[in-house]
Amino acid sequence: MIKRLFIFIMLAMMAFMFFKLGASYQERDQLGKLGHYYAETGPSELNTPNLVTAVVVTYRGLDTLGEVTVLFISAAGVGLLLRRTRKGADEDEDEDNDESAVIHRPASEIVETATQLLLPMVMLFGVYVFINGHLSPGGGFQGGAIIASGTMFLLLALPESHISRLLISLMESLSGFGYVVVGVLGVILAGGFLDNRIMDTGVYGDLFSAGAIPIIYVFIGLKVGFELSAVLDRFRREQDGAG
Amino acid sequence: MMDISALPISNIVLFSGLGLILIGLWGMLTQRNMIRMVIGFSLTDTGIHMVMVSIGYVTGKTAPIINDAVPVSEAASLVVDPVPSALVLTAIVIGLGVTAVMLAFVVRIYRARQTLMIDECTESKW
Repeated sequence: MIKRLFIFIMLAMMAFMFFKLGASYQERDQLGKLGHYYAETGPSELNTPNLVTAVVVTYRGLDTLGEVTVLFISAAGVGLLLRRTRKGADEDEDEDNDESAVIHRPASEIVETATQLLLPMVMLFGVYVFINGHLSPGGGFQGGAIIASGTMFLLLALPESHISRLLISLMESLSGFGYVVVGVLGVILAGGFLDNRIMDTGVYGDLFSAGAIPIIYVFIGLKVGFELSAVLDRFRREQDGAG
Repeated sequence: MMDISALPISNIVLFSGLGLILIGLWGMLTQRNMIRMVIGFSLTDTGIHMVMVSIGYVTGKTAPIINDAVPVSEAASLVVDPVPSALVLTAIVIGLGVTAVMLAFVVRIYRARQTLMIDECTESKW
């Protein structure tokens, strides 16, 4: 009871603090210095219409590399935590038998047919989103998430379907490696790590423009898509009790 | 009664975000079911994203993407700040990763103890 009281007092104090903070906040009427610089020089310097992409992939590209690394570590952590050791499997053998006794009720025919029809389109849409990341809203992370949602769709509709772990880890490693290689090429050929001007920046607004940004976003999209698919697959196997 | 329409849009988003942070904290502190605690974490996470996005808003400006409505020459005077948007993009992905790891821990604890209640795991506390 006394604990609840402390929680309540703490939340009330935080609410008071937040209210003070929010009430004194004035909506800005012009860009900050950094935002102004990015908005002014971004389009002409990097040839990207999407300024958020310019910031994410080039100006703050190192942060994005760190972000991809965090995602990789969390996917690896999920794999490590959900791994079934031989010893553990022996210990709860009875429960394992119970779990494997769960028979999957197959999805209805409507869901299965719709999946076969829609899955290629969902995947294609994911690819579209990450290839056009420098031109329109979207990018590698969003496209990767769409691809992973396609995988989710597949796992829900056809629970018995097999996803190759070798393919996943191969694609994951290759795209991560490619990302770093493009970054290092930036040091050699252009102004610095992850500089996108290692090749011709092309015609403004074209699909193949903005130098290395589409390439980096393809790598990020593939990496995120396969990584999230791997996470989903690991949770699925956990449910099956066959990890 | 306050007139909601008189409030700037970013203040509405800001206060909703701060409210979500509080709801999430309340959930994390009072709920005993671990899945619910993870949900509380996600709510706090979303609230923080909303606060960050609202701070990047500039009155009457549009998304930082150059198109017919936003010519290159006037971009700096027509768009909102791209930096908080980029930060939120990063934060969403990190939040997703953290949530996945937390759920994996929950699965692991459930496998070991056959319960989702945190109270049953007090001997692992220290």
